[in-house]
Amino acid sequence: MNLRALVLCGNGTNCEVETAHAVRTAGADEVKILSVWELLAGHDTIDAYNFLCLPGGFLDGDHLGSARAGAFRFAHGKPDAGRDPIRVQLDRFLDAGGVIIGICNGFQLLVKLGLLPSRTWEPRVTLTHNLNGRFEDRWVTLIADPESPCVFTSGLQTLELPIRHGEGRLVATNDALLKTILKDHLAPLKYVDPATGLPTEVYPLNPNGSPGGIAALCDPTGRIFGLMPHPEAFSHYTNHPRWTREFLDGAPENQEGTGILLFRNAVDWLRRNHG
Amino acid sequence: MILRIEAGPQPHRLDPMGRKAFSTVAAELPGHIDDIRVVRVYTVSEDLPGEILTVWANSALSDPIMDQVSVNGHLPTDADWIVEVDFKPGVTDNEGRTARESLGLLMGDRPVPAVYSGLQYRIFGHLERNQVHRIAEDFFANTLIQRIRIASRTEFQGGQMLRANPPVVRLSHEPRVRTVSLEGDDAVLEQLSRQNVWALSASEMKVVRAWFERPEVLESRRQAGLDTALTDVEMECIAQSWSEHCKHKIFSANIDYTENGKTEHIPGLYKSCIQSTTRTIRERDGENDRCLSVFVDNAGVVRFDEKHGLVFKVETHNSPSALDPYGGALTGIVGVNRDPFGTGMGAELLFNTDVFCLADPRREEPPPTGLLHPMRILEGVRTGVEHGGNQSGIPTVNGSVVFDDRYIGKPLVYCGTGGMLPLEINGRPGYKKYVNSGDLVVMVGGRIGMDGIHGATFSSVELSEESPSSAVQIGDPITQKRMFDFLLKARDADLYSGLTDNGAGGLSSSVGEMATFSGGADIDLALAPLKYPGLDPWEILVSESQERMTVAVPPEKLDAFMALSRLMNVESRVLGTFTDTGTFTVRHREKVVALLDLEFLHNGLPRMELSATWTPPTPVEPDLGAAPALQDSLLRMLSRLNIASKEYWVRQYDHEVKGRTVIKPLCGVKGQGPSDASVMRPFFESMRGIVISHGLQPRYSDIDAGAMAAASVDEAVRNAVAAGGDPDTFSALDNFCWPDPIAPAPDHERKLAALVRANRMLAETCLIYNLPLISGKDSMKNDARVGNRWISVPPTLLVSLVGIVPDVRRAVTMDFKRAGHLVYALGTTRRELGGSEYLAELGQSSTQVPVVHAQDNIRLYRALFSAIQGGLVASCHDLSDGGLGVSLAECAMAGGLGCSVNLALVPVDTPDLRDDELMYSESAGRFVVGVAPDHAAAFEKLLHGLPAARIGEVTSPAVLEIRASRGQTVSWNVRDCFTAWHAPLAFHQGKE
Repeated sequence: MNLRALVLCGNGTNCEVETAHAVRTAGADEVKILSVWELLAGHDTIDAYNFLCLPGGFLDGDHLGSARAGAFRFAHGKPDAGRDPIRVQLDRFLDAGGVIIGICNGFQLLVKLGLLPSRTWEPRVTLTHNLNGRFEDRWVTLIADPESPCVFTSGLQTLELPIRHGEGRLVATNDALLKTILKDHLAPLKYVDPATGLPTEVYPLNPNGSPGGIAALCDPTGRIFGLMPHPEAFSHYTNHPRWTREFLDGAPENQEGTGILLFRNAVDWLRRNHG
Repeated sequence: MILRIEAGPQPHRLDPMGRKAFSTVAAELPGHIDDIRVVRVYTVSEDLPGEILTVWANSALSDPIMDQVSVNGHLPTDADWIVEVDFKPGVTDNEGRTARESLGLLMGDRPVPAVYSGLQYRIFGHLERNQVHRIAEDFFANTLIQRIRIASRTEFQGGQMLRANPPVVRLSHEPRVRTVSLEGDDAVLEQLSRQNVWALSASEMKVVRAWFERPEVLESRRQAGLDTALTDVEMECIAQSWSEHCKHKIFSANIDYTENGKTEHIPGLYKSCIQSTTRTIRERDGENDRCLSVFVDNAGVVRFDEKHGLVFKVETHNSPSALDPYGGALTGIVGVNRDPFGTGMGAELLFNTDVFCLADPRREEPPPTGLLHPMRILEGVRTGVEHGGNQSGIPTVNGSVVFDDRYIGKPLVYCGTGGMLPLEINGRPGYKKYVNSGDLVVMVGGRIGMDGIHGATFSSVELSEESPSSAVQIGDPITQKRMFDFLLKARDADLYSGLTDNGAGGLSSSVGEMATFSGGADIDLALAPLKYPGLDPWEILVSESQERMTVAVPPEKLDAFMALSRLMNVESRVLGTFTDTGTFTVRHREKVVALLDLEFLHNGLPRMELSATWTPPTPVEPDLGAAPALQDSLLRMLSRLNIASKEYWVRQYDHEVKGRTVIKPLCGVKGQGPSDASVMRPFFESMRGIVISHGLQPRYSDIDAGAMAAASVDEAVRNAVAAGGDPDTFSALDNFCWPDPIAPAPDHERKLAALVRANRMLAETCLIYNLPLISGKDSMKNDARVGNRWISVPPTLLVSLVGIVPDVRRAVTMDFKRAGHLVYALGTTRRELGGSEYLAELGQSSTQVPVVHAQDNIRLYRALFSAIQGGLVASCHDLSDGGLGVSLAECAMAGGLGCSVNLALVPVDTPDLRDDELMYSESAGRFVVGVAPDHAAAFEKLLHGLPAARIGEVTSPAVLEIRASRGQTVSWNVRDCFTAWHAPLAFHQGKE
């Protein structure tokens, strides 16, 4: 198959270049960075691709709440004549077996569109202000749920990635939904205390106070995936905050950063399932 | 009918923003307040159809999971007091703009009403109305740009706050052009200048008067249909172009300089110290000249690799930050973004830097009238840079905060931005502009309003209670991001021939400067898009409304340029044409309202004649007592504001967006060590990197501004070398922030002499380090006038530096890496406690300020670079504030390890140094280096003949152990060091 990845940008996203680099490094055949304005003008369509990346940033400055105005544009933005609305394109893309990764602001966008924890197009969870009310940039340790259907995290155990957000705390409509998310393994990554190996709600190991340490969500198909940490920001071992300590005697043989694994998992999955 | 919508967390949801407001206020007024909750308020100028209102309020203005919404009624509360804050008319309201844009998606072809945002603080607690008022003014609002309404519970429940009065701008008058009379004596002229915030002297105004009396000028004005008297448009344009801010009059002035009774003539500091330094270095470098574009564009450009130039600019935004710290700093950072972006054909932005100079935020007494409390300034500028940098997606990789109580008069807010420029764009050098006569003048980005009028001239006078609020703007990172996204596409599609930013001086400055490329310009101000009607032509010309670029577009490319602009949702408007007539012609509705000779506008300003006298300080020896209290001293030193951890700041800045930051501002085992410099890898395809660092030592100015300047250069170079930069590839920027050195400022001759000394030592040191100055800026009026008292900043020079790291995988951090590593002290320690943190802690003074031995240092730096390149160095940290003692403690804290060192082994120039001098002297040119035992022999060989000595080793129990004189050993638990160092500036870091 020709594996085509689309990185959707514009109007405040700012991680599109490194996200494109990550998905290219992971093995996509073709990677295109497309502005949401070009999408609405019909220069291209989402369903012409099989891997969609919604990168991090500040859609509309997050002024009405993270990704809120961005999600509103996805839902109500009028495409040029003869083009399908973004929602119709996304449905077609997903029905054809495409995979989506939403990173940080992209995760917030997926949640606010109602695409996570399942494609209902009706928001049932949200991502809101960190408990301390502050934006922070720090590296966290994550543990993958081995039983999650998520195609991005399969085979992963623990990994370190940076978080850079002010609104990463998951809030569900009700506790029952939160329980279902955990029971159905729809939280494929959790903030973990490296000392105990257990998910944590304690700051700063859990930077935002998300319940159960939830750092990411996927839908039951495992193909829609959103996470607060930034895997594209760990594409090379020198991105790691302790690389000068851990590779004191020289560069490791494999210089790729662990963040690429998430993208490669999805690329491999697409190749296996779309021959 | 006006609509009013409230949205806020449902009662059972947590409200972190309310908690944050609560903890800030409660820290100041313990016991009075029980809780605060925050509600967002949106006001709409017209009623909306019910269906549209429901969709918009429920899914754009609020979060269906978190929030509840109320239209034209209050969300219920039993709070004791309600404070509502919104913007004054005309102030940038980013939240309101986004809300309106969302509404527009639902309105189809119908007009979209105006939307205004506000915040409502619901306070639970027993307070009097005047206390609530104070809280509102001190914590929630800046009354310069915001409005406050207060209601008690009863008033609120009675509906008092529902009577909304949206902040609509109403300028009822017809735009008009007045003429200006420059008749009268000096006193009349000076009065006129003050009244109009022109910031021109009487003699400068007489030069203008004489020009406009010339027969040929009168004749050309008559032909253009202008009166003999000049128009307000012309006068404002001249005042802006000739302002200290834009023209750097002091740096260009002829100075009679007296030192030791000898007087000499200096034909301009800029020319003789800055420009000539760079020219000498470029000539010396010959074929290896790294400079591509210096002093001619918005930012300096140096070579990065065969295909790219590195662009760097640092600006200050001091005066606006003093009035509105948040808006001032936000505008500072998004404003300096436009400098590299507006250099040559336009650069892609790569990193931001920020340096703040502030007064002690723990100040207990209220600030002088008209000035803000330092804590307020600190939080404001921090948040401003956070929002500006983070929302623009540019990592903030390097910076610092310096505290001195004199900065209460004016905080210094330095903001820098670096970028990458292809050396070739569409077959031409990318670092040049190509504006041709016939190209169209196109304004791109935001609209023009009253905001920022007189910013350039206002920053050229001292602060007082009458400082105009219109000098403040609030930046809008997202509008700017859209504009940059569009312009980069236009650049690569070859749709324009040059661009520049609209910053200080607005269109007057941007069009006026771009016109010098083609030889003239002719614009019509009535074509400019306005935020609201009613602006006079001169206001349109000099307004500093943000997020605008001026672009020169060849006529045949205009259609494609405008089509792309529409596609990318960016407003662009043709204002006129670049010409070769030699004049800057400004029209309003086609009628000429200004006709200015470009040569006169840019070069007609006579040089100032100034005099300066330097008297060296009388030597002072500190009284240090018999034996130093070493045990007690280190923790006190670590707690000093200038030494204490700045993690609180750094964490709230995104320092790794773009995924290319290799050495981050924080390093070490727990990511809490203070990096000396940052290293970035600009391209994923290459391991070539850049190092970014800075130096500033304003305390030394109290003894000698020359020593201050040399120390600042050395600190910047040293920091960059410590991280692995190649000292033969560095380039620097100089940003001077000075107290007013011109009469009637008190002591102005000494302040000007300090400027002369600083410039000379800057030049001398840079020449030895072979360090070209590629760009710079000066801000010469950093004073506040409180009654008859002047509060003046210490003369402050920030040296910002960029350089090359040949392979980022060789970069080094400052944290000790492994127990058993050997600890080396590099560089000579001297009896130089003058201006040190140690003497400040003791309340002592000395004139023995550190002297930079640049010739010796550069040999050491080159050797250290070789050692780092050879992979011999495990850790490297420079010695600066607090000297060796503080540096060792930082290496140990960052590494989670200890060390054991012997002070007697430290390289010195005189054997009789005391223990406290060895520990805390701030001599320049020094490092602490950690080396694995296996590499010791090779390392020592490279440093043979240089001041370097093995002074101890890294140890595994986290204990810092110092062997001092007379067999005495002092030790500290590194955890105690960390507590002392980390706590002072970790605000609101309670249990989360």
